[in-house]
Amino acid sequence: MRGVGLQTDAPLKRAIFPNGGWRMVVGSLKAYGYEPDAHVAEAFTKYRKTHNDGVFDVYTPEIRKARSAHIVTGLPDAYGRGRIIGDYRRVALYGVDRLIQQKKTEKGGLDALHSTEDVIRDREELAEQIKALNELKTMGQAYGFDLSQPATNAREAVQWTYFAYLAAVKEQNGAAMSLGRTSTFLDVYIQRDLEEGTLTESEAQEIIDDFVIKLRIVRFLRTPEYDELFSGDPTWVTEAIGGVGEDGRPLVTKNSFRFLQTLYNLGPAPEPNMTVFWSPALPEGFKKFCAKVSIDTSSVQYENDDMLRGMGGDDSAIACCVSGMEVGKQMQFFGARVNLAKCLLYAINGGRDELSGDQVMPAFDPIQGDTLDCDEVMKRYDVAMDWLAGVYANAMNCIHYMHDKYAYERIEMALHDYAPKRTMAFGIAGLSVVADSLSAIQNATVKVVRDETGLVTDYEVQGDYPAYGNNDEAVDPYASWLVETFMEKLRKHPTYRNAEHTMSVLTITSNVVYGKSTGSTPDGRKRGEPFAPGANPMHGRDVEGYVASALSVAKLPYDSAQDGISLTNTVLPSALGSNRDDQIKNLAACLDGYFGSSGFHMNVNVLDRETLLDAMEHPEQYPQLTVRVSGYAVNFVKLTKEQQQDVVNRTFHAKL
Amino acid sequence: MNFPSERPADDPAKTVPLPTLHSATASGGAASGGGWVHSSENASTVDGPGFRYVVWLAGCHLRCQYCHNPDTWAMNHGERRRVEDVVRDVARFAKFLRATGGGFTVSGGEPLVQAPFAFDLMRRVKAELELHTALDTNGYLGARLRDEDLDAVDLMLLDLKAFDAEQHRRVTGFDNADILAFARRLAERGRPTWVRYVLVPGLTDGQDDIAALAEFVAPMAHVERVEVLPFHQMGRAKWQELGEAYPLESTAPATEEQAEAARAIFRDAGCPVA
Repeated sequence: MRGVGLQTDAPLKRAIFPNGGWRMVVGSLKAYGYEPDAHVAEAFTKYRKTHNDGVFDVYTPEIRKARSAHIVTGLPDAYGRGRIIGDYRRVALYGVDRLIQQKKTEKGGLDALHSTEDVIRDREELAEQIKALNELKTMGQAYGFDLSQPATNAREAVQWTYFAYLAAVKEQNGAAMSLGRTSTFLDVYIQRDLEEGTLTESEAQEIIDDFVIKLRIVRFLRTPEYDELFSGDPTWVTEAIGGVGEDGRPLVTKNSFRFLQTLYNLGPAPEPNMTVFWSPALPEGFKKFCAKVSIDTSSVQYENDDMLRGMGGDDSAIACCVSGMEVGKQMQFFGARVNLAKCLLYAINGGRDELSGDQVMPAFDPIQGDTLDCDEVMKRYDVAMDWLAGVYANAMNCIHYMHDKYAYERIEMALHDYAPKRTMAFGIAGLSVVADSLSAIQNATVKVVRDETGLVTDYEVQGDYPAYGNNDEAVDPYASWLVETFMEKLRKHPTYRNAEHTMSVLTITSNVVYGKSTGSTPDGRKRGEPFAPGANPMHGRDVEGYVASALSVAKLPYDSAQDGISLTNTVLPSALGSNRDDQIKNLAACLDGYFGSSGFHMNVNVLDRETLLDAMEHPEQYPQLTVRVSGYAVNFVKLTKEQQQDVVNRTFHAKL
Repeated sequence: MNFPSERPADDPAKTVPLPTLHSATASGGAASGGGWVHSSENASTVDGPGFRYVVWLAGCHLRCQYCHNPDTWAMNHGERRRVEDVVRDVARFAKFLRATGGGFTVSGGEPLVQAPFAFDLMRRVKAELELHTALDTNGYLGARLRDEDLDAVDLMLLDLKAFDAEQHRRVTGFDNADILAFARRLAERGRPTWVRYVLVPGLTDGQDDIAALAEFVAPMAHVERVEVLPFHQMGRAKWQELGEAYPLESTAPATEEQAEAARAIFRDAGCPVA
């Protein structure tokens, strides 16, 4: 039996999801040469309001201004927010009838409460969840399966789990539609079948291969701009693999190996986003297998299992790239990120945008002299960050109020407990630019260059300064300070549904686009040049090698960035040892070292520069060349030339 | 071709004065105060197990034809550094290095040319940072080490260049009697050792000599690993910069097949080949 079920009536055919925003649908269709259906257009322009409509009804002029200036960016105000992981396992484990029963009980628990706005909303959401669960059963029936009862064997367990996920990706085009932590869960079904003799190991592997093929062909209709921003066509079907339980037992099963093995059986690919929860306490054999897979495929990312377990217990998974959450018990309000490097330029320019000259934030006196003074800059940066945190939190509240109202994730939330923990996931970009800028202002001489209107548009850095990324206490604390400071500023603003404030240091691949929309910075970076991705140091400045670079990132305070801190590392095979056995052993050792030093996340590429250059010249020979970028993987030959060049330019850490 | 063996071994212009090893004991402080460091690296994976902080000390008396760091021969090609400064720098990486099962390696040059400094570094790094220590040596000055010095090093990386004395002179300019004696002494004390052998096509690829060396090493239970390092030409530019005549100017790098053939000889003799 092969797994069944597709998002639409044909593989790879993309559906429209107008609830998020009609304009986005029209733009995406146009980009591919389609016109929207007239009836659908009428429905969503005349009769049915969308999330996007709602948000722009309530955005303030200030939010719009900040958004247009690209200091607040990537907000999910015109598309599905995603980053919600339904506990898709529940369908296999309990069957849908039991889940409906539970939701009815939860709803009944609200009957005695006074009908305040909060209670009414909860009742309506639970009603929608119950409808969605019934629709899930109907979908199963269409394929000849009765999902009302629990799965009875491995094939059913995989199929039931997939149906639950499929329902989610049929209902939502979320920015990231992650799978959760299914691999080890499914192992018990497979193991029982193996022991009963109803399944062979090769059949078990085939079931997982088929499941992974299904996950690889999930598609969403998106605009070319979106694909450019995120380098390809990512869906972030992130699967958490491995880890260690709270009782100290490893959560590694044969099925953890089977998932990773698909990268050999089917070849490397960006999806699903294979994410190993790494702990030094993992079994050595599993560690080595992961390292081997990384060396052979560059298709695995690693997260700190000990830190995730400490935060959300031993059943956490990753939404998107680095956002940890307890499966079925926690959800997040995704909020992209603000550009803190641009914010620093606002501080210097009294709130004017360095590219347009527009007064974006309320005016204050700009820096006067010709040389930047640390105290003067810091005083103003504090003011600018206060303002930015306020605008950002306001925008987020508007967005998530409207998303719940007009594009509610019915099936995903049906696969959560009632009243899950909610986080509001803020984010920052430009960390290394800011850390280096502050270091330059403090340790070197930074002269300003003004245009005729008095706007500072460029900087001349005289002298050297210690740069972030060299495991150097003379500068790394600036980066930690920035994370802590901005997090504290965000915490001052109340959130929609009392969500807990969290923050990520993650750019995905948009570091290139952020760079484009940011003027020259006091670290010597010129206007338009890319930022480093995520929490990475600026490339070329981390001169002490990849370990020193990683250890700088490991110092960032996770308590102030619980939505994740992303690091991407590209290592030459020869830098890991002189023979393959050593390379495997040392990559595993490196992960023990990084996570043992409180590093949170590492994307590992084991590649040589020549391979990438050759792939740029001869893409046809590298159809499956996969490269880890900030938090997920991309197919290298599908990147734009500019992005390819950015990946190549990024420090290839090889020590001679 | 100007083989180093044709050069008098005591040529004062080319030979680094040998130090006498004095009281750098485990309990003592920084007896050396400091020394000449050629360079360092914070995350090497080819100088012992795991990730290692490596300091290359300046100064070497051997003149191996295949030397890829001839710039470490002269002491004055280094930077004078104090023990505590090196230890402080290592400390930045100590947690990471420990977690990788790695540690701290003193290499060179020949580190025993500055033995007091080398041992101060290893003892202090071990005592203060609890790191595994390794000494990458050619063993020529090993006779000067006390037994307690040997015991202070967790792992010896012993570079054996040749077994036959004449071949050794040809390759390095010096005799190897002291080196082989040092290897035997390590064996008697059971000190963990990795033996390293550089394979140079046309120079050190003689099957008989490799086999003899393999026979010598095989019974030594303290030898945990034998590494055959294929010769490469990355040192060529350094010879040119130093104005030294490079005897292997036109020698091709060893191929993986050649290295594998040498490994097979060690393996067949019963050596634990990596």
